[in-house]
Amino acid sequence: MDYAFYIAAAAALAATLRAITASHAVHALLYFIVSLLAVAVIFLLLGAHFAAALEVIVYAGAIMVLFIFVVMMLNPGPRSVQRERHWLRPRIWAGPAVLAAVLAAELVYFAATGAGRSAGAGQVEPAEVGLALFGPYLLGVEMASVVLLAGLVGAYHLGWHLGRRPGGRETGEGEA
Amino acid sequence: MDVKGTLIVVFAVIAAALAAAAWEIWLERRLLALWQDRYGPNRVGPFGLLQVVADMIKIFTKEDWIPPFADRPVFVVAPGIVVVTTLLAFAVIPFAPGVAVSGLDVGVLFFLAMISLGVYSVVLAGWASNSKYALIGGLRAVAQMLGYEVYLGLSVMGVVMLAGSFNLSAIVEAQRGLWFCAPQLLGLAIFLIAGIAEAHRLPFDLPEAESELVAGYHSEYSGMKFALFFFGEYLGITLISAMIATLFFGGWLGPWLPPPAWFALKTFAFVAFFILLRAALPRPRYDRLMAWGWKIMLPLALANVLVTGAIVTAKG
Repeated sequence: MDYAFYIAAAAALAATLRAITASHAVHALLYFIVSLLAVAVIFLLLGAHFAAALEVIVYAGAIMVLFIFVVMMLNPGPRSVQRERHWLRPRIWAGPAVLAAVLAAELVYFAATGAGRSAGAGQVEPAEVGLALFGPYLLGVEMASVVLLAGLVGAYHLGWHLGRRPGGRETGEGEA
Repeated sequence: MDVKGTLIVVFAVIAAALAAAAWEIWLERRLLALWQDRYGPNRVGPFGLLQVVADMIKIFTKEDWIPPFADRPVFVVAPGIVVVTTLLAFAVIPFAPGVAVSGLDVGVLFFLAMISLGVYSVVLAGWASNSKYALIGGLRAVAQMLGYEVYLGLSVMGVVMLAGSFNLSAIVEAQRGLWFCAPQLLGLAIFLIAGIAEAHRLPFDLPEAESELVAGYHSEYSGMKFALFFFGEYLGITLISAMIATLFFGGWLGPWLPPPAWFALKTFAFVAFFILLRAALPRPRYDRLMAWGWKIMLPLALANVLVTGAIVTAKG
């Protein structure tokens, strides 16, 4: 079980590193997907089966597909790869490196003192997650749903405006 | 189950799934021929049963061509993804009492996760081919499969509520009194339609519509890589059929015959239904397919969840 954790963690680290350094947008996204899948495996090993499944369905399976969809539509050519290389100069690394160092120091501290060790608290059933979400965390769920609804209404408004504007792009016949 | 037993089940499931998918290619051609008043493949072996073997020899000896304008690594990886994810999804399906590769407690969600990862195969193939027909096919595939994935997931939630579990064995056990196809008729209809769209089978095969897009997302593929897409499609049909049998028609439950026989019978009944659909229905127009999904299927699936939830709450 421990070995599986370390393998998944190593995969997540390597994939995330490549996601940042890859200069080709689609390749970077693919590495990011691998990183999400590795995190899902870690969730599974910690006994959070439900969270692992949701990680794959929602993040890897839906949100990242939309990212790829958009990148496909924009179709970045060799020029954008060059620009990306140009952006990834050593100077740019300073800020993120400092922040990452802080996190690494924290990690080393916790590993050394053994504080905050709560991993593997047993298996969490999907029903427990549901009861927690719609019990003590009900307010958070409702707030998230309000944000999502606002996004939905905004997207609908933008689309509606585009379809009705005189001289604007017509949508297909039979669609309003 | 001990390690040895699990390994035997793993190899049995992979072998069964691969054999079923290969045999379905022959079955489809023969059934289509039957419904169209012709013979179909009947020369190679008895009843043409060895046609698949002949096709395989042909495909193995073909040139495996990677176009120079393609994105090489992604182009090579893409066809494998659909086969791997579909075969992985078979891991949670119970074939008989206690016989499944994994009795995962979130089995239904695992199936949905693998189905949603399968989308990458089509999308990446369409993008990596770097040709306009493949790209249009890939774009269509993303919009179609992302949309129909939502209804596929929502339509199963009624079954999950009635069974009180995400575990597929528990769902089959919960159908001892009454198969879920009766109380979840609407859920079954939505799952079936969304399942066809997920497997991008006719009549919903717009990502590869050959009359307008050459061959859609796999236009540039040849040889073994094309065969993987082809094979993945039949694996997908088998998977969706097996899931319909498990979720709505009592899986391995049934009198007289042994449980695996019932499971196989029900699965192949739906495979035959998929093939009949291909013989019977024309493709819808793409914008109608999408509008139909978001404007009719989604509200119906949500209403199904709402009503089922209300009834389950009122009863318990």
